[in-house]
Amino acid sequence: MHGLYAIYRKEMGHYFVSPIAYIFIGLFLILTAFFFNVILAGVIKQSFQMEMQSMQFGQPSSFDVPAAVLRDFFGLLSTLILFFTPILTMSVYAEERKRGTMELLMTSPVSELEIVLGKFLASLSLFAIMLLPTASYLIFMVLRSEPMLPWRMLLAGYAGALLLGGSLLALGSFVSSLTENQLIAAVITFAASLFIWVLDIARSSDTGAGAVLQYLSVIRHYEDFTRGVIDTSSLIYYFSFIALFIFLTVRSVDSMRWRRA
Amino acid sequence: MIEVQDLTKSYGAVKAVDDVSFTVNKGEILGFLGPNGAGKTTTMRILTGYMPATSGTARVAGFDVFRDSMQVRRHIGYLPENPPVYPDMTVEAYLDFVARIKNVPAERRAVRIDDALRKTNLEDRRSELIKRLSRGYKQRVGIAQALVHDPDVIILDEPTVGLDPKQIIEVRNLIKGLAGNHTIILSTHILPEVSMTCDRVVIINKGKIAAVDTPQNLTSQLKGGQKIRIEVEAPERRLREVLAQIPGASRVEVEPGRTGERLEVTVEAAQGQDIRSDIAAKIVQNGWPLFELRGVSLSLEDIFLELTMDDATHAQPSS
Ligand SMILES: Nc1ncnc2c1ncn2[C@@H]1O[C@H](COP(=O)(O)OP(=O)(O)OP(=O)(O)O)[C@@H](O)[C@H]1O
Ligand SMILES: [Mg+2]
Repeated sequence: MHGLYAIYRKEMGHYFVSPIAYIFIGLFLILTAFFFNVILAGVIKQSFQMEMQSMQFGQPSSFDVPAAVLRDFFGLLSTLILFFTPILTMSVYAEERKRGTMELLMTSPVSELEIVLGKFLASLSLFAIMLLPTASYLIFMVLRSEPMLPWRMLLAGYAGALLLGGSLLALGSFVSSLTENQLIAAVITFAASLFIWVLDIARSSDTGAGAVLQYLSVIRHYEDFTRGVIDTSSLIYYFSFIALFIFLTVRSVDSMRWRRA
Repeated sequence: MIEVQDLTKSYGAVKAVDDVSFTVNKGEILGFLGPNGAGKTTTMRILTGYMPATSGTARVAGFDVFRDSMQVRRHIGYLPENPPVYPDMTVEAYLDFVARIKNVPAERRAVRIDDALRKTNLEDRRSELIKRLSRGYKQRVGIAQALVHDPDVIILDEPTVGLDPKQIIEVRNLIKGLAGNHTIILSTHILPEVSMTCDRVVIINKGKIAAVDTPQNLTSQLKGGQKIRIEVEAPERRLREVLAQIPGASRVEVEPGRTGERLEVTVEAAQGQDIRSDIAAKIVQNGWPLFELRGVSLSLEDIFLELTMDDATHAQPSS
């Protein structure tokens, strides 16, 4: 596994010597901070209305502000992830092929699996680093909430975000291994992500096929996480999704030899 | 060290490499010589495991390049046609990366990197970003990369491309210095390069081997042996008759000379025969003024052109 580590190190170095990583982290932070404020303001307004209503009808208010903020925030995060991951992965293989460095990697004693995993883990790490600062807003909110919101909610939410991001990154890497054109890679990844996203629409249909399609939607499982529920079937779903696309990417990288690369 | 047997690679209908066989002994430098599109890069890519052959086998260091690809890759250093460098890395960081993926143990890495930098004259550029280097320096980084893990077999695809004349000489000396401990294959279109650096030459054209031999043998043993150039003032018909009667003379070519009545004549002599005195005697007998008579041995250039000329009848594989 020396090769995996060497590739991982190289990829991380590549992200952080160039402005790529900083631009991504900065942009992500600005967007999440902005939306966090919007959500907070919205939820607070909503809770006031609820309070007014409950005063009118004489029932005690049961609106949990921090939980609502958390749910909305993770909902928004998933949308940002949908837009960011295709850009993160579009150059993973395309650039190596264009530069001719694929020829170095593929004639070195490292396996395709090491190359693919090294690259995947590096993109996942960058993604985690992007997510990390956003926790500061939520941690602050959790600490100030009364009664204190269970940490599990926060951790489950981030676990969900990592798994969702990891799935889309695995998908994006696979697409990037298919084409030398980065723009095409980004567009196809986005379209494919969107497609498995909206499979969730099938929830409106009551048939068996509808249930299967719903299970296949990436976002369906994510919602469980944001409600603080870590369900084994969701974990299995994400891990299989990532494993499948890692496997497909390995096959695709391997087939570059035959496709005359 | 390297055995190639009936190797063929087709791209669709095009046979880029067509039934190629050769061997390279341990410590030897083999030159791969051929015009553009001859199949040099393709052969090297098969040897390094970058792409599989359509048919035939190749073994490097005793391992089949297809079935034991990982073992083969452990034993080779490879400079592809375009130096496979990462522009955002420094020279040193890049060599460190290559040393890592080539399995160089941590404690030997620094020493190996220094050695590769020294051999390619890159010591003073070690901290420079590769994207800031000129073409020739990038090429040198590419060579350093092929040496950094001290491999048994070194495969260099046009190693001197893009280098200045001084560097070319240094790289040739470097390659010669590596022979003995390393087995080397290099490709080139530059003829003097093979005669200067290589122990043996494979001349390849349109995917087929046209000749395999030492540069010396190719130069001396060439068909017809020697050419004789004559400058003489004589009637052309008569001259041809006279020359044709000389035993051992073949292929008389006559061209009008630069001045007046003079003719420039080239006669090819059969191998091992010196017919210069016979020619001189005949010309003097006929009373023609003789201005020049000299033997020219065919250069590697001539052999190369002869062997790779479109006319297939010229190509006579010598092995
Ligand atoms: N990826 C490819 N797809 C299709 N044909 C190819 C491909 N690569 C090479 N060829 C063809 O194979 C033949 C041999 O090419 P190769 O690159 O091996 O030649 P070469 O001897 O290295 O030439 P050069 O001196 O120009 O580098 C050429 O006819 C070329 O057009
Ligand atoms: Mg070539």
